[in-house]
Amino acid sequence: MIVLSSDNMRILKELDMVVFRNRLKEFAVKIGMGLVNQTKLITAASELSRNMLRYAGGGTVLIEIVNGPQRQNGVRVTFSDNGPGIPNIEQAMKDGFSTGKSLGLGLPGAKRLVSDFDIKSTVGKGTTITIIKWKNG
Amino acid sequence: MDKIPILKIGHFLMVAIQVDLYDRLALNLEADLVQAVSKTGARGVLIDISAVSIVDSFMGRILGNIAGMSKVLDADTVIVGMQPAVAITLVELGLPLKGVQTALNVEKGMELLQQKLQITGEEESEE
Repeated sequence: MIVLSSDNMRILKELDMVVFRNRLKEFAVKIGMGLVNQTKLITAASELSRNMLRYAGGGTVLIEIVNGPQRQNGVRVTFSDNGPGIPNIEQAMKDGFSTGKSLGLGLPGAKRLVSDFDIKSTVGKGTTITIIKWKNG
Repeated sequence: MDKIPILKIGHFLMVAIQVDLYDRLALNLEADLVQAVSKTGARGVLIDISAVSIVDSFMGRILGNIAGMSKVLDADTVIVGMQPAVAITLVELGLPLKGVQTALNVEKGMELLQQKLQITGEEESEE
């Protein structure tokens, strides 16, 4: 996969989420992503950045425009934190599961909204989640 | 700190969310609205989200909370003007906003609230 352009941001407080969502929208618009896909991508990213803030006290996001198979452009976002990690990813990916007070839709909901979802977590070290939304995906 | 203004129109309260919602702002709106319902004795709450481009699970939950809390205080809540892309995303996310009434636009939302008020008004007069 070829990376065409990228931007790195830190998410340490709630207002950073607003700035991040706006920046992400710029990237999605740049590759001509349709409004519905833009909305899905930004909503998924909003869920994941909130998780990072709530459970890991913040982290970094990397936004990239990538050129994938069949030369289709997409936006890839990588969320990295040094938080407590997720002991049971399978459980965390289930609808309705939450260790906080939320509805437990964040992770499984975000996965449904994007084209590609990858999660890696080590207890005590942190979590990295990578999502891709293809322009027409 | 941003604040979302709450307008009183007759028996109803109206809120138009014109800014990007973040969690604290949404929580403040929830508290302010419920307080306003109690203070004014409003019978309905109309929330216009036509300028809102993202509703994630947190904001969706707040909207549901507002409807639930207002209901306990005898006020109906109608959410109006949801963008189609937001509706598609919410359902796919797994949050179809059950228990929250919606209408296409402010005008239709107002009609709905007025109808509800008339229905309950008639029931009360029959008793």
